[in-house]
Amino acid sequence: MIEFFKLKKDIPFMRYGRVTTTISLLTFVIAVWALAAKGLNFGVDFTGGTVLEISYPQAAPIDQIRHALERSGLTEVTVQNFGSSRDVLIRLPLKSGMTGAQISEQIITTLRVDHANIALQRVDFIGPQVGKELYESGALALLVVCAGIMGYLAIRFQWKFALAAIIANLHDVIIILGCFAIFQWEFSLTVLAGILAILGYSVNESVVVFDRIRENLRKMRNRPIPEIIDNAITTTMSRTVITHAMTQTMVLSMLLFGGEALHYFAVALTIGILFGIYSSVLVASPIVLWLGVSREDFIKPTKQEADATV
Amino acid sequence: MNRFPLWKNMLVGLILLIGLTYTLPNFFGEAPAVQVAPNRSSEKPTPALMQRVEATLQAANITHKGITLDAHGVRVRLANTDEQIRTKDVLQQAMGPTYTVALNLISASPSFLTSIGALPMYLGLDLRGGVHFLLQVDMPGALAKAAERTSGDLRSLLREKKVRYSAIARESETVRLRFSSAETRNEARSLIESQYPDLQLDDSNDGADQILTARLKEVARRKVGEDALQQNLTTLRNRVNELGVAEPVIQQQGADRIVVQLPGVQDTAKAKEILGRTASLEIRMVDDERMDDPAALAAAASGQVPFGDEVYPERNGRPVLVKKEVVLTGEYITNAQPGFDQNNRSAVHITLDSRGARIFKNVTRENVGKRMAILLIEKGRTEVVTAPVIQEEIGGGRVQITGMDSAEESRDVSLLLRSGALAAPMEIIEERTVGPSMGAENIEKGFHSNIWGFVAVVFFMVVYYRIFGLFSSLSLAANGLFLIAILSMLQATLTLPGMAAIALTLGMAIDANVLINERIREELRNGNTPQASITAGYDRAFGTILDSNITTFIAGIALFWLGSGPVRGFAVVLCLGILTSIFSAVTVSRALVNFTYGRQARLGKLAI
Repeated sequence: MIEFFKLKKDIPFMRYGRVTTTISLLTFVIAVWALAAKGLNFGVDFTGGTVLEISYPQAAPIDQIRHALERSGLTEVTVQNFGSSRDVLIRLPLKSGMTGAQISEQIITTLRVDHANIALQRVDFIGPQVGKELYESGALALLVVCAGIMGYLAIRFQWKFALAAIIANLHDVIIILGCFAIFQWEFSLTVLAGILAILGYSVNESVVVFDRIRENLRKMRNRPIPEIIDNAITTTMSRTVITHAMTQTMVLSMLLFGGEALHYFAVALTIGILFGIYSSVLVASPIVLWLGVSREDFIKPTKQEADATV
Repeated sequence: MNRFPLWKNMLVGLILLIGLTYTLPNFFGEAPAVQVAPNRSSEKPTPALMQRVEATLQAANITHKGITLDAHGVRVRLANTDEQIRTKDVLQQAMGPTYTVALNLISASPSFLTSIGALPMYLGLDLRGGVHFLLQVDMPGALAKAAERTSGDLRSLLREKKVRYSAIARESETVRLRFSSAETRNEARSLIESQYPDLQLDDSNDGADQILTARLKEVARRKVGEDALQQNLTTLRNRVNELGVAEPVIQQQGADRIVVQLPGVQDTAKAKEILGRTASLEIRMVDDERMDDPAALAAAASGQVPFGDEVYPERNGRPVLVKKEVVLTGEYITNAQPGFDQNNRSAVHITLDSRGARIFKNVTRENVGKRMAILLIEKGRTEVVTAPVIQEEIGGGRVQITGMDSAEESRDVSLLLRSGALAAPMEIIEERTVGPSMGAENIEKGFHSNIWGFVAVVFFMVVYYRIFGLFSSLSLAANGLFLIAILSMLQATLTLPGMAAIALTLGMAIDANVLINERIREELRNGNTPQASITAGYDRAFGTILDSNITTFIAGIALFWLGSGPVRGFAVVLCLGILTSIFSAVTVSRALVNFTYGRQARLGKLAI
């Protein structure tokens, strides 16, 4: 039998509480600073504007494209390679009085003058009001997910756990956002979907540990709370690492084979998974401890739970 | 104790079989086909249509691989794309303009699968290529138009009843009537109130005149908005039918938006052009008296338009003064066909409905010898197509418009008129176009992400947990099967983010098996017997599995509720994947474990 984690003794995680909290606070502060100072590089989904993806039969002449477009009156364009040297991504901010349909046709016609056999791969045009709505509903989705998860955990466990889990996982979200801000990666709707999915997923981690804490509170009547938490984390650690490794394997496959469209989605998931392990174990549990979890919190629920699950 | 009753095993087997059946159509791919459907959405495809198509094909010596009739139309399956294009041309010629003949792809799976409703997943635009538009209907524009109609109605009402007014003018959405005395105003007020209950009337005065302001009541305003949206929807449907798209989606979204999705459209420029054309037609009278006055005309050209008139250019650039009052709009047109007049010039033949015909007859009778202007309003630009002199009273609702430059133009104009006018202007506020080759590329990328990730997970699980790892992998495969089967059954739209969600749910689903396997190991370590460990492992892990999945499920629900387009596809797959993973991780893997170990009463060791 292969076992990565043959632990005879519980690791005293709670004793490192101060260290882990310092690390968390530090990364958190850096992430918040990056968000405040640099801001997110919002994609066309949120800002509105036009994005075109065009593929050339041979290497795309970026400068020539830029000049051709500037000559036709489109001055604020950014032209860059995308994926391969033959694919070009052209971005335009919103321009009043022109619809995306007009702009994209204009660009294609301009570029066909020089190269007749280019292929239009993708056009995204988002009007100003749509961008604003997507932004608002995205923020609302984040709130709804947080409230939903907290509500569920509060019912299933207890408010202290709910609070601890949501703090730990929002900390993940802030760190993912911070990374996107630091590296100025494009923040699109798909990335947001990935973040929300990973938020739900990371909470799993806390749930598994909390489940064990609750079970231990019942079983280990004479041990102090920190030891109970240490034991819960140690016994679930093998599962935590393997599960995350498996999910990460799938995400890695997406990162390798999914192409440009899924790239930042997979990147967001990767950061989320890595910090998810850390935060749900080493952030959520100390918070539960500090919030003063006690056996009394589960005296009544214990009985009910015993009937409900076993 | 680790034995499933027979019914439970059979149930698992049955569900696996159903899953396999509904997943199968996805592997057969799609065959080229041609679809024939009536142009008008009110008309349903009939068996007679099918016979006609069949006869046409026989006459043209085309061999097909099956011909079917369904709610969308008659579909002819063909051997290859060359045959497909030839068939389309032949049918288009034979069926005429009242039918849409479109290229399509239909499932190539055997007919027994199709007959039980097992169809391949419905691919989103990012996977099959196509155009997506979100159009915003300009409601203030519709209301202004309604107010313009109201001002015309009120003018003729007051004239008819001989109530003296000094002016009637429209100001954005309201109509302002001026009277010289309060008595006439009150008279007009009671008259209008009795005839137009939809109008809200307010009195005021600006010292010189007594003013009556008319505006639509809230209920009527809403009705105008709804009607405008409905008419625009119908118009778009007709236009899309003219385009020949196989499975278009044209739907209302919210109070004032319309989604148009045209899958598989290759010529996106043409689609945009036809959809983006917000053309509407108006027939108005030319202000002949002022047109004869060169001074007035010159003043109009420099921007000083006489009161009650508007100035628009004719085809040759000459300005024409037309009255503001609209005689007829495109709404009254039932048909428009290109053709030629008696002098062999390009013309458009228009047929009006009965109401339009009556109005047209009255107007032409009263205005013999005067000029009538036909205006085409496109993207906020109004042009006088032609302004002929009315020779005689025109009855019967048949109108001929000349003044086109070419046969091509008359065809374009008739297409625009036939596909109807928009009740209110629309603007494209979102567009997402995906080229066909990119769609195929995205499918491949999504597929590879899934398959290689899956292989890696299976490899690890089997190495780490041995036999139980194999069971876990098999149940993970079953999960993938169920997920694809359900997506196929529901005909849910699969997008690239949706494919990413399949990969993600597979990656997360293995969590349940890891939890179970770790629990079993732990129980074994605590000195329990193998059989007891299996039972305890599954039972105790179940609560945790449920808890941990519910939180992700909550995230999925929120995404579905608040997301749009591809994100919604992601959410659907995420939620369905969680449901299938709970079933497969707990029940399918348990069935496998029970089947292997359940019979051995003295089980010495577990390969875990």
